[in-house]
Amino acid sequence: MGNRVSLFVTCVVDQLFPQIGLAMATVLERLGYEIDFPEQQTCCGQPAFNNGYWAEARDMARHFLDTFESCERIVTPSGSCTAMVVNHFSELFRKEPEALARVEALRGRVWEFSAFLTEVAHVEDVGARLEEVVTFHDGCHALRELGIRGGPRRLLAHVRGLELRELEPAGECCGFGGTFSVKFDELSRSMGAAKADAIVRTGARAVVSLDPSCLMQIRGALARAGAPVRTMHLAEVLASV
Amino acid sequence: MSVDFDRKIHGALANQKQQRAIQNATGKMKAGREAMVAPEILPDYQELRAQANALKKHTIDHLDHYLEEFERNVEAHGGKVIWAKDATEVADFVLSLARDRGAHLIVKSKSMTSEEVDLNERLEHDGLEAVETDLGEYIMQLAGERPFHIVGPALHKDRYDVADVFEKRLGVGRETVIEKQAAIARVRLREKFLAADIGISGANFLVADSGAVVIVENEGNARLTTTAPKIHIAIAGIEKVIPRAQDLAVFLKLLARSATGQALPVYTSFLSGPRRKTEIDGPEEFYVVVLDNGRTRLLPDRAKRQSLYCIRCGACLNTCPVYRRVGGHAFPWVYAGPIGAILTPQFLGTSHEPALPFASSLCGACADVCPVKIDIPRVLLELRSDVRKSEMREQRNRVEKLTFRAFAWIMTHPRVYAMAAPFGVAMMPARLRERFGLGDPPRRSFRDQWRGR
Repeated sequence: MGNRVSLFVTCVVDQLFPQIGLAMATVLERLGYEIDFPEQQTCCGQPAFNNGYWAEARDMARHFLDTFESCERIVTPSGSCTAMVVNHFSELFRKEPEALARVEALRGRVWEFSAFLTEVAHVEDVGARLEEVVTFHDGCHALRELGIRGGPRRLLAHVRGLELRELEPAGECCGFGGTFSVKFDELSRSMGAAKADAIVRTGARAVVSLDPSCLMQIRGALARAGAPVRTMHLAEVLASV
Repeated sequence: MSVDFDRKIHGALANQKQQRAIQNATGKMKAGREAMVAPEILPDYQELRAQANALKKHTIDHLDHYLEEFERNVEAHGGKVIWAKDATEVADFVLSLARDRGAHLIVKSKSMTSEEVDLNERLEHDGLEAVETDLGEYIMQLAGERPFHIVGPALHKDRYDVADVFEKRLGVGRETVIEKQAAIARVRLREKFLAADIGISGANFLVADSGAVVIVENEGNARLTTTAPKIHIAIAGIEKVIPRAQDLAVFLKLLARSATGQALPVYTSFLSGPRRKTEIDGPEEFYVVVLDNGRTRLLPDRAKRQSLYCIRCGACLNTCPVYRRVGGHAFPWVYAGPIGAILTPQFLGTSHEPALPFASSLCGACADVCPVKIDIPRVLLELRSDVRKSEMREQRNRVEKLTFRAFAWIMTHPRVYAMAAPFGVAMMPARLRERFGLGDPPRRSFRDQWRGR
């Protein structure tokens, strides 16, 4: 297997947080990977899938398959989008054996960014340095659908100058949930506010996560709470030197 | 979303006192569960969950077989099984039996299944007195409210609330000491147990190979309900059947641990048939009402029928960030929380409250704690798809459908996406920007910057 890695940056990172995609590319390049960005990529289809529009989600999933099928390894700065491809594409295509076979052939090659580092590249020290007290927010899908827990913490533990403080309670949802955050705005805000409180209680000055969408929800909640805590994607932390 | 659902969520979120009570009570049960299933305490917990799931799957796949076996064994012990299609058939059976035997007073131990069919209301409508004997249920009955939680029906009420209810409904002096409140209830209920003509209970398990009804409880009221009156009627959903008594070794290890963090409940009762000649107590007549009430509708659906595996431990409610905020009464039916969000649309149809399966961030905390491994988020996703299908048929919600149609079209045309998406971002309403703490949109997208590298 070569050292080529294809990025699926997700539509959220592409349009709202390009710096996260660039940071991820930087980290991977430093590890000696050759980066490829398939330009046809758009969205994994999760918004449609989670809203019950499965026909639309299938169209987007097929587009994802067309775009990435020929790639050796795909790395994504989102636990949630990874879970969509790895766990849910097969539900979408359960009545379409051909598409299902394509999904089965691809899903083992799609990696969430931190899992790629710890499980494929087998690195925990990427040579990063960041003088900061941080806390880590487990995105629900990374934690519970992909079982990612120790990896990102080990990566953070090797960042020079960084102190990690755990959230209490741990593993609770930030309340984003895609369109849930709009359709059940008040409820979602209440969950976000509790998350912001928990972050502030740690005394950390930055909150780190694997998911740009969680960070978006948390940014809003922290701003409303008037808390001077910044949000960082793990890739941004690991790209810091 | 119905106006009612929206209003209830809003009301619950504004009720700070209720939220503290929920957080406190569910927090204790949650912590209790976590301590009791910890690897150093219960090393084979995950294995037990897998076994419980496999047993439930097997039973639900062969439900007719085990229900018939259960019926044969109940009859062999001198009891009788009554098959009820819906609420009316349950009420009809109880009422005609009560009329026939000249019964007036009924004591009830905790049964969510009887809540499903509004049994108390129906009995009272016909002039019978039905008294709840679980302390929490008793408080709720006096307060005129539905159970707030599967396991802790009155957990949103503090002792001052209970003092108010007792003062108003029982005519006793204001009493705020919990032990004394329990003593008041005990005296009242003891009179009812001794005078009752019929005892109605729920059931945690119906054991096919022995014809036994298994009930777990902490207060002892279910024992009195099922043994003091001359007639015992147990009401259970069809999914409560399990193949063998030995399967309880798995389920009993999981149920109380998951529910309240107890290794075992205080009482576990095995009831099979009426009193034998050699026995000194027990009912003279023993009936098991086995209720469908929409359950058979789930059977053909491979992805969703796992909803019937539920053993009603309430662990999913205790861990759910939505339930822990809005509480039990914001949910549109008797079952609240994650399990309610999947049972209600399936038992009553998705149109009962189409927004219910969407009232979740899909965080998956429920699936993580479910002792029988029901993949609740997966079922929610299936139900969301069902809601959209029925909207399509009825030509409702067409704007949203068109929006997602357009979204999918753009996302499958990368050039259009690359041109249109930055406009979409630039036009994002200020309200949404504030909502997600977004500053000015990035000047260039990732793909633009990547191309320039």
